[in-house]
Amino acid sequence: MAGYPIELIVMQLFTGLALGTVFVLLAVGLSMVFGLLTVVNFAHGAFYTVGAYTGVFLFGLTGNFWVCLVGVPLVVGTIGLVVERFLVRPLYGRGIDYPLLLTFGLAYVLVELVRIAFGTSGVPFSAPPSLQGALNLGFGYFPLYRVFLVGFTTVLLIGLWLFIERTRYGLVIRAGARDPEIVRVLGIDVSRVWLLVFGLGTAVAGLAGLLAAPMRGVIPEMGIPVLVEAFVVTVVGGMGSLAGAVVAGLLVGVVVSMTSLFAPAFADMSMFALMALVLVIRPQGLFGRAGLMGG
Amino acid sequence: MSTDTVLKADGVTRRFGRFTALKDVSVSFNRGRLTSIIGPNGAGKSTLFNVLSGAFPPSEGRIYYEDREITGTPQHAFPRMGIAKSFQITNVFPQLTAVENVRVALQAMTNRFTLWRSRTSFPELQEKAEALLDQVGLDRHRHRNAGNLAHGEQRCLEVALALACEPRLLLLDEPTAGMSPEETRVMMDLIEGLAAERTVILVEHKMKLVMGISDQLIVLHHGELLAEGTPADIQSNDDVKRVYLGQRT
Repeated sequence: MAGYPIELIVMQLFTGLALGTVFVLLAVGLSMVFGLLTVVNFAHGAFYTVGAYTGVFLFGLTGNFWVCLVGVPLVVGTIGLVVERFLVRPLYGRGIDYPLLLTFGLAYVLVELVRIAFGTSGVPFSAPPSLQGALNLGFGYFPLYRVFLVGFTTVLLIGLWLFIERTRYGLVIRAGARDPEIVRVLGIDVSRVWLLVFGLGTAVAGLAGLLAAPMRGVIPEMGIPVLVEAFVVTVVGGMGSLAGAVVAGLLVGVVVSMTSLFAPAFADMSMFALMALVLVIRPQGLFGRAGLMGG
Repeated sequence: MSTDTVLKADGVTRRFGRFTALKDVSVSFNRGRLTSIIGPNGAGKSTLFNVLSGAFPPSEGRIYYEDREITGTPQHAFPRMGIAKSFQITNVFPQLTAVENVRVALQAMTNRFTLWRSRTSFPELQEKAEALLDQVGLDRHRHRNAGNLAHGEQRCLEVALALACEPRLLLLDEPTAGMSPEETRVMMDLIEGLAAERTVILVEHKMKLVMGISDQLIVLHHGELLAEGTPADIQSNDDVKRVYLGQRT
């Protein structure tokens, strides 16, 4: 590490964490939907795109980033509810490939709709003035927006964790993750729980799209690499594990960011190398699949 | 339907592909009684159990509960009608604690629009859950993960889950399957106690086990109703003797 000042390494570590929080948000939704509904949601990246563009639209309308922060998850979550209720639900019990193909096709439809509405080239979207500039973190100046991103995601994840661990809805979600059949026998209409979880998963994906927009740009194809990243994180963390999604998201963020400092040529493949390594050592992912909060 | 009848199967047939598991079975279950469904392996006991408890609908025939037809009613609606069941295979949530398991079942019975009142109704639910665990003899294991309980204890926990909806009708499918003699004794005592307050339908492979506690027995053979009556009737029934001959049960 000679030649790299410690400040630079620390900065890059923090950049990795900021990038990781976006991965975490994406993987949480994907992992929750898989863990509970056994639906491999290939439209997850498209919901991320829709989230970013909804943000662009709402920002154009109101000029207020904070309105977008509330509005985007509501809009994208609602789309998710409609998709689960009318498209995914009829496919339950037909095997894992049916919803996979459906969401794969849905992703194309959503992205095409975005192209029709907003054009094929990217649109500008920058952080709100109050979040521009840099903050002194003690080891150096860091873009304020990324500090906000880390803080906001932390609060959001704590909220999600409390929801799952401490509320009565969460208890049903944890129970249903393991065996929806028993939950049904006990008298709970599981389809309501699944609807809620799918809506929640897409809302978080949409929010991730909005949050990433000022950092990574807004183009109709923005969801494609993101879908791959989200799958990598989910596999590394363990399908269906919320804790796994958090740890793996941050880990992948840091690994990518560190590789781009020390060996830029390998930055793009570093996350796949990590995934291969994890799969060799722990095929079920870091946190296995012992229910949603398992491990 | 007589007022004494709680549950009735009328001409029930169930086919799986080309295999007929249940052939035109008509039986009724009396209120407040413990009725056992017995028969050798492959007699159609579990199929009848599943049809009665709504796990899948009959291919032909109808099911009546109290005064209405319930054929094809979705599974999750049963607890609210006062019908609870436990399966042949152990069905608890292994990653939740014993008391959390019971809370899931209790919650199912609360109004779904009050699910958010987590703080206010929490102590009440917790108390109820603990009381149910006491009832099945699991009070010492409240905070252990269900997955770490012994097999017999898991089955008792399962009974507690079934009791959460305060059922008027309790359906149990081979509750002593895989149990040690000691665990079996505990479970049979528990069932006898429960039957004092509600209608119980018990599916059992081991005839000897249910003779002493049943009010009524239903014997199935090759998917058909072979005999029906009190334990004394069944013990002296020649058809039943023939079917069970050589089976030391």
